[in-house]
Amino acid sequence: MATSSKLPLKDGLEGFAFDWSSDQRAFKGVPWGKAMMWIFLLSDTFIFSCFLISYMTARWSTVEPWPNTSEVFSLSVAGVSVPLLLIAIMTFILITSSGTMAMAVRSGYQKKRKQAAALLFLTGILGMSFVGMQAFEWTKLISEGIRPWENPFGARQFGSVFFMVTGFHGIHVSFGVIFLFLTARKVLRGDYDTGRRGFFTWQKGRYEIIETLGLYWHFVDLVWVFIFAFFYLW
Amino acid sequence: MSESIVPESELEEVELYHAKSWWTEKVFTQDAKLIAVQYGLTAFAIGFVALVLSWFMRIQIAFPELSIISEGTYYQFITMHGMIMVVYLLTALFLGAFGNYLIPLMVGARDMVFPYLNMVSYWTYLVAVLVLFVSFFTPGGPTGAGWTLYPPQAILGGTPGQESGIILMLVSLCIFIVGFTMGGLNYVITILQARTRGMTLMRMPLTVWGIFTATVLALFAFPALFVSAVMMLFDKLLMTSFFMPALVEFGENLTYGGGSPILFQHLFWFFGHPEVYIVALPAFGIVSDLISVHARKNIFGFRMMVWAIVGIGALSFIVWAHHMYVSGMNPYFGFFFATTTLIIAVPTALKVYNWVLTLWKGNIHLTIPMLFCLAFIVTFLNGGLTGLFLGNVVVDVPLSDTYFVVAHFHMVMGIAPVLVILGAIYHWFPLITGRMLHDGMGRFHFWVTFIGSYLIYFPMHYLGFIGVPRRYYEMGQTEALYTSSAADLNVFITLAALAVGFAQLVFVFNVFWSAKKGIVAEKNPWKAASLEWQTPDQPPVHGNFGKELPVIYRWAYDYSVPGAEDDFIPQDVPNEKVKLAKGHSQLGVEST
Repeated sequence: MATSSKLPLKDGLEGFAFDWSSDQRAFKGVPWGKAMMWIFLLSDTFIFSCFLISYMTARWSTVEPWPNTSEVFSLSVAGVSVPLLLIAIMTFILITSSGTMAMAVRSGYQKKRKQAAALLFLTGILGMSFVGMQAFEWTKLISEGIRPWENPFGARQFGSVFFMVTGFHGIHVSFGVIFLFLTARKVLRGDYDTGRRGFFTWQKGRYEIIETLGLYWHFVDLVWVFIFAFFYLW
Repeated sequence: MSESIVPESELEEVELYHAKSWWTEKVFTQDAKLIAVQYGLTAFAIGFVALVLSWFMRIQIAFPELSIISEGTYYQFITMHGMIMVVYLLTALFLGAFGNYLIPLMVGARDMVFPYLNMVSYWTYLVAVLVLFVSFFTPGGPTGAGWTLYPPQAILGGTPGQESGIILMLVSLCIFIVGFTMGGLNYVITILQARTRGMTLMRMPLTVWGIFTATVLALFAFPALFVSAVMMLFDKLLMTSFFMPALVEFGENLTYGGGSPILFQHLFWFFGHPEVYIVALPAFGIVSDLISVHARKNIFGFRMMVWAIVGIGALSFIVWAHHMYVSGMNPYFGFFFATTTLIIAVPTALKVYNWVLTLWKGNIHLTIPMLFCLAFIVTFLNGGLTGLFLGNVVVDVPLSDTYFVVAHFHMVMGIAPVLVILGAIYHWFPLITGRMLHDGMGRFHFWVTFIGSYLIYFPMHYLGFIGVPRRYYEMGQTEALYTSSAADLNVFITLAALAVGFAQLVFVFNVFWSAKKGIVAEKNPWKAASLEWQTPDQPPVHGNFGKELPVIYRWAYDYSVPGAEDDFIPQDVPNEKVKLAKGHSQLGVEST
């Protein structure tokens, strides 16, 4: 699985044709886990695309008016209603966590064990705070009477789609957080230096795993950008 | 002759998981070959349930006066038959069973790249099958919504199984998709990233190409089914209105309102049409290899075949709404989708020509696998031609929801792929078990299955033309609507169906009997050139290839090469090691 450095890699279209017509690997120097994550994310893209297209269809097939999102998603701070305040903070946090994730990947490749673990842990904490704020937002909306099946502010599909799509994204973030903490623990323990085997898979891990996890995390972040644009700004 | 070039190894030798107990070796196994057998047996078990359901339906249609099942049960059986056959049998068998068994062996890998995930994939699939099966025993029974599960009726009162059957069906589909994704990622990455030295993509057998493309399709098409299943579950359990418009049921306004039933159909068929090719493409690939081996001739137009598979795969994503001409969608859509549908016939027809051209002047051995392949070609051609009828909007509208449609899709994606599966089992059984399947029973099985399926489905075209609707529990007073020949034909079809069903029992017996008592197969009994037969042990052991992975020097179709002594050259034999025939000084020259 390790990359052999003496591969004669070429650039551009010629390199593409060269790699795909060669033996052994189509993506030269790419570990299996990373290639798998890319394909999985492509598949997951189809899931979120279907969700978002369904959301658009629902919004346009419903006969009731769509609620005004800047009112529904506003927070009152000291008696002043600030639209999209919470969501701005959540988005900021999630994007920041992508930054710390990228730093963790770099530290991992530099084999700075403790630094990588700390950054992974920090990313996990940021992810957790995102999920926490999402829970807060859900509680607020539910207390205002919005449910998957009804919505006092307009079309009921608003509640249905909102809870479904943000819920599905939230589950993605939560799984990411779990794996961030697990990986942080493994990095800190030095599993990727000592070649300690995974509890379930019996395979030895490598620091490349951090990058694979990072791909997932950035994807979840990117999906959030789309959800943010389609649900809160439209 | 120049020395063959041996490429440098890029991949490290894999460390395999060695089982420590009987449980981890035989049950929770991480060996792709055993996982394949588990997938296959499970798929056949649930597929057998679906087969028995079809017997009940056939007896009911032919002899309505017996009333062996009620109207509701009929709908439930039709739904379960369809869904089990398409998803839980065919998809699982082609990708889960054949994919797992053949991919690592054919590309020269020790195992799948993520054996643990592969194991979890099977057990998740088993859970999905069990969840679906349990619905037979829940109050209200399994869902009777039709295999397409169209809302609103799928979740409303009056549809059988709306109490719990529909919920279990949707949950089971979601679990299946999760399980499939784990397996599918394995298949794709093993093919892309774990081939042996010398195995370029264009040296892979077409079987691998078919399974690979189908897996990619599945990874991109199943999400649409997943999403629609989740949304319908919400409509059912949380009373959301994604697919539910405002409805009046028994004079009462339901709480639903504002949803779009057509949205479900779009999502469902965005999955449903690629699904046809998820089943068909592996069949295309396998049949190409089988024809080549048993006609002792290289496949005609190999590159064309590969690009046809890839092209069909790509096109299959933009034809889905040809299932929806009568759904009430915008009629202009129909024009677009009719065009794309007819375009897809081009690469498909190309494949049929190439199979026939492979046979042309081949040294055809009428072995059982070859018989199944020949049967496949004609059956697929028949089913494909009626597809051209149904792809045209004006022809489809009067034929829609008649037995013509039933005949079409059973021919093209029921019988045709099943013929390939059966042929493939006769072909690879010696590799998997080390014994041959019994020839006499096999020939009986083939002829009854082949002729029987034509006796079943040919008359159905006629029933469709005279307007007999599908999914009807009974036809009522036939003289009022159809000629009495429709009723007679139904009796005839049922008798043929029962005969074909009986032949499958013979096949099952043959499999179990031959696995224990069949003739021990010689090494590489069909003299195939592809890599799966070149393992040091037959059946291959854990790790597939002995100490060193093989090196590949040629494509998988070097049959009847002029100058060579044998009429096949295995993929892992370099030119300088090929035994030359008497009077020949080099390969590739007719005579010297």
